[in-house]
Amino acid sequence: MSTAEVPVAARRGMSDNVRMRLQQLAAFAGLIVITAFFAVASDHFFNYDNLVNNILVSTVQIGILALGTTFVIITGGIDLSIGFGIALTGMMAGTFLITWDLPLGLGLLLTLVVGGLIGLVNGFNISILGMPPFIATLAMMLVCQGLPIVISDNGASIYFDDLPAFQDLSGGTLIPNFPNAVLIFLVCAVIAWFLLNRTLFGRYTFAIGSNEEATALSGINVKKWKIIVYTVAGVFIGIAGIISAARIGASPSAGKGMELQAIAAVVIGGTSLAGGKGTIVGTVIGALIIGVLNNGLQVMGVPQEWQYVILGVVILIAVYIDMVRKKSATAAG
Amino acid sequence: MTHKRWKVATIAAVAASSLLLASCSKASDNATDTSSAAAETSATAAETSAETTAGASDSAAASDSAGASDSAGASDSAGASGSAAASGSNVEPGCVPTTKEKPYIAIVSKGFQHQFWQAVKKGAEQEAAKEGATISFDGPASESDVQPQLDMLKTALTKKPDAIGFAALDSKASEPILKQAQEQKIPVIAFDSGVDSDIPLTTAATDNKAAAAEAAKHMAELIGNKGTVGLVIHDQTSLSGIDRRDGFVEWMKENAPDVKLLEPQYGGGDATKSADLTKAIIAANPDIAGIYASNEGSAIGVVKGVEESGKKGINIVGFDSSEAQMTAIRSGVQAGAITQNPVGIGEQVVAASMKALKCEGLPDTIDTGFYWYDKTNIDDPKIAAVLYK
Repeated sequence: MSTAEVPVAARRGMSDNVRMRLQQLAAFAGLIVITAFFAVASDHFFNYDNLVNNILVSTVQIGILALGTTFVIITGGIDLSIGFGIALTGMMAGTFLITWDLPLGLGLLLTLVVGGLIGLVNGFNISILGMPPFIATLAMMLVCQGLPIVISDNGASIYFDDLPAFQDLSGGTLIPNFPNAVLIFLVCAVIAWFLLNRTLFGRYTFAIGSNEEATALSGINVKKWKIIVYTVAGVFIGIAGIISAARIGASPSAGKGMELQAIAAVVIGGTSLAGGKGTIVGTVIGALIIGVLNNGLQVMGVPQEWQYVILGVVILIAVYIDMVRKKSATAAG
Repeated sequence: MTHKRWKVATIAAVAASSLLLASCSKASDNATDTSSAAAETSATAAETSAETTAGASDSAAASDSAGASDSAGASDSAGASGSAAASGSNVEPGCVPTTKEKPYIAIVSKGFQHQFWQAVKKGAEQEAAKEGATISFDGPASESDVQPQLDMLKTALTKKPDAIGFAALDSKASEPILKQAQEQKIPVIAFDSGVDSDIPLTTAATDNKAAAAEAAKHMAELIGNKGTVGLVIHDQTSLSGIDRRDGFVEWMKENAPDVKLLEPQYGGGDATKSADLTKAIIAANPDIAGIYASNEGSAIGVVKGVEESGKKGINIVGFDSSEAQMTAIRSGVQAGAITQNPVGIGEQVVAASMKALKCEGLPDTIDTGFYWYDKTNIDDPKIAAVLYK
């Protein structure tokens, strides 16, 4: 962003807000269209069991990662460590709860702390040391890929069969016929929405992404808030790691490639990779689009190679819409 | 503004292309690749000396003997008996029998941290102790670390070993270093995935295709030779993934025409992804009778997916072994699984090296065997010995 650009408040005019909503609407319309298509194409797609127990459950981990990453991307950053972060936080949950036999509440809290620490280190490297987010979090991704194997016993997974209370975090049903994992995802989404739209933290997140320099000049401690943004994203990694471990056991190779799916969800939801713009509702819709696409194509029996191609094309379309939107915004402004 | 747009475009391109690449990425699991050398072997099997023993056979004969193993799993045909080294006609040209008291065998494997490789190491150490050899055992951190593995092979060569055991991650890339070994008259024994070259005297590996056919046979038995069967495969591009898919599919097509096979789905060996795949398969096919999982991560995922779907009566046949699979088999959720014999692979590497050093002939391939295990034989000492957690 050029320094000559007008400050945040002036730039985000009415017309821009309307465009933002249109983009969100477009994503939502996309979700409806895709869902309707699969409902017509397959007899086995549109029923409560498939929609909730299959699609929503499979979207939870990517969705939670995407929520945290939305904040990071709005500041103009990126976080690649979230995928293998699941492996590290999951294995730590196993270490706390099984190997060390700590009480459930304490173990969960410590796991979230580990997630927060991943983000804190990311934030420190990016904000204080001035490393590019892509490189700093790529390095952290490698750290998160290696440490779980170090922790593990020869790469073996840790299982929680003796700790049903922990497994219930994913598979239990506090509300009948509604898996807890999905409930936790919804709660996370509400919290993320509140943080982004109703707190100072959220406002600064937008400000940093729109124009970091102007934000710093107006007396806001940009470095501090950026560290907080990455730390919050790290706590979301911890939550996703807990859900993953509760569902299938803690594996040192869990979460592989999930960072890209989560980033894709954020982008499909209309959050700009250039920073300054984005919504939580959009991210949830983006994650659902990926979940519906994955499940729908599988239910239809589409060969896997085409599933990847179709997902890739959807991302390209979403990013193209984003770029066109921005071009017209620049022209209008 | 301009450079921001670049950033958008670059990151988007990376994200999109990475997803595409994901389809090509190799699952990092304990799976073993049958060598393309082994494929070559079957073509030239006719020329190969038919001199086979209980411990070894060329690849064509191996599939027979191993495939015939019954569900009791006590097929002695394979290398579980271990030290009975294979014989054949491959000898290092100009071989002079070693006079060394304690020959040194440098083994470079495809991995180190995973339990499968630890079991291979254990087998090699046992056999070395028995035959009076010293060994070293190295392997890269993951099965995509081609360059680090080549560095290990080079380092091993500088230590002037008497023989080398090698499981190539990339057989083309390792060819120049193996040539050096050949020039120094160091015999090379390939294992697990083999090397696509003439240099190794023999290859000790699991016949994945025959093993998958055995899995298909048990699946057909379980579902009464009819019904719909889903396939959750760990990888679409690695040889182990392809062989374990094709071996299963081909056996079914030939021997159980009433079994309807669904389009194979690929979970990358990732348990979570395989569980989601399984649930989609069950949703789309309410009449499903069985699901085949081609490796450890896939099997764990399939078991979880079936459990989460709440459907009863789906027969699960898995591959490899792990604590989770053993638990599922004991509790009856999973019918059974094929396990490889990693300890036997390790034993055969050392046994074949010792034979090579004595200038005794070796066959082109040594089938290290596989076993079917289920609730009835999981605690059988013979089976328990090859299961690893």
